[in-house]
Amino acid sequence: MTTLAETAPRVRSGLGARTWRFVKRHALTAYALLVVAYLMLPIAVVIMFSFNAPKGRFNFVWQGFTLDNWINWDAVLGLRDAVVTSLQIGFLATVVATALGTLIALAIVRHHFVGRGTTNVLVFLPMSTPEIVLGASLLTLFLNTTAVLELGFWTIFIAHVMFIISFVVVTVKARLIGFDRHLEEAAMDLGANELTTFRKVTLPLIAPAMLAAALLGFALSIDDFVITYFNAGSEQTFPVFVWGIARVAVPPQVNVVASAIFIVAIALALANVLWQYRSAKRTQGAT
Amino acid sequence: MGSFFHRHGAFTPYLLLAPGILWLAIFFLIPLAFLGYESLQSGLFPDFQFTWELSNFSNGIRDYREQIVRSFVYAGIATIACLVLAYPLVYWIAFRAGPWRNLFLLFIVAPFFVTYLVRTLAWLNILADEGPVVGALRAVHILGPDGRLLATTFAVVSGITYNFFPFMALPLYVSLEQIDPRLLEAAKDLYASSTQAFLRVTLPLSAPGIVAGTLLTFIPAAGDFINAALLGTPGQAMIGNVIQAKFLESLDYPGAASLSFVLMGLILVALLVYARIVGSEKLTG
Repeated sequence: MTTLAETAPRVRSGLGARTWRFVKRHALTAYALLVVAYLMLPIAVVIMFSFNAPKGRFNFVWQGFTLDNWINWDAVLGLRDAVVTSLQIGFLATVVATALGTLIALAIVRHHFVGRGTTNVLVFLPMSTPEIVLGASLLTLFLNTTAVLELGFWTIFIAHVMFIISFVVVTVKARLIGFDRHLEEAAMDLGANELTTFRKVTLPLIAPAMLAAALLGFALSIDDFVITYFNAGSEQTFPVFVWGIARVAVPPQVNVVASAIFIVAIALALANVLWQYRSAKRTQGAT
Repeated sequence: MGSFFHRHGAFTPYLLLAPGILWLAIFFLIPLAFLGYESLQSGLFPDFQFTWELSNFSNGIRDYREQIVRSFVYAGIATIACLVLAYPLVYWIAFRAGPWRNLFLLFIVAPFFVTYLVRTLAWLNILADEGPVVGALRAVHILGPDGRLLATTFAVVSGITYNFFPFMALPLYVSLEQIDPRLLEAAKDLYASSTQAFLRVTLPLSAPGIVAGTLLTFIPAAGDFINAALLGTPGQAMIGNVIQAKFLESLDYPGAASLSFVLMGLILVALLVYARIVGSEKLTG
């Protein structure tokens, strides 16, 4: 009897201590996974409701599974045009901004010149200005230049190049700082002129950073709403289209387009992770 | 052409800079000057006159004090919520996730791959009155029988928190990932408990990430109008909503322009106060 009375509390405290240790060890993991679930929840909802078959105009409550929205993704008036405009502007603005931003990065990293500090500040400022101020100030400029340029496709293009440049500079700069200058000197020693050296040595080495910057720029461009909305006039990009239709009722086709963009972006990101992993393994094998 | 790329030519850097810097000057700096010019005008659309109308500023602050204060309160709460949500997650990724690190980093940026407006609209589905969240909260009597989440301050602040979360998490990750694990081992060897090691080693070393994350989250959050427009009511309107409506609906350009400068000025003040608190050397890195 006495032994039982003695052991019982010990077992209980042992159990308590073990649970406590278990909780302590896994609390952080559980919290982390909960936050990940929170991050994924709206994404899951967007994808799920792209397969919804809503009974009325509103796509708020799950009614039933259908593939119709994916098959007839452009059945909503204006959606196809908006998506095409988004892709065109994204492509054009990215190409121009990547070129201009890379040149700025080359100048900042490679050269010491009067005004270098000012240049750095000028590049940093658009990133730290609220989007609404960027959009509003550009609109006040364009309202004064309507004789030359109407609000529309090209004003959106100009705005996108403006805010993408800074991100390109930051991305390419990071790569250029860790760049081995001896490779270029070797090329010159071997008789290559400066243009050839740039084309055959410098460009291939910074190409991955330019590609990363371009992908980031494209993502920023097709996602941008605020700056675009201020300077779009009657032109519609995909986000501007969503804003307009959100006041009425959002059709599931909007979820289809957003899901498609998401899937392409994730596929590219995963490919990049795999590519890095493989090139890391290859360099490991080489040494 | 050969000298174009010459590294030691005095004009080379300026040639490289010219196109991009001109673009930024014409489409970023000059527009800001136009916005300043606009903010001092008076009159009604479309006949505005430049009259050094400084009262635009005082009137704007007086008429929209409520929205201004609300913007900064919402942005502040959302920034703290982002920090509380992100820090443990990012800590776990940096120190515990091992080979899964890159996958979990992808989880953090994944929301950015869904169009901003669409992922905000997804919260309409989640928080809908007929939805599971409201249903569950009503069942456990946290919400009354016709209590709702949509069109409340909670909905707007959680929308902002969700949308700007990666801006907090990524700089935090960069600062935590750089911490040498041997420093923590050294702390343990010197008989620090895990709490002490965290407070005296990890937390101070991650301070630059906290500072950067706070700035990157707070600045866009204070100027946001999408979350208040989609998830809230006029009772949750922020300064961004006022600027947007004045510019694009009521066509009160001087009023909108002066409020834009009020927003920027107050963000600057907030940054300076923050710099005083955390120390300016941490702010500039």
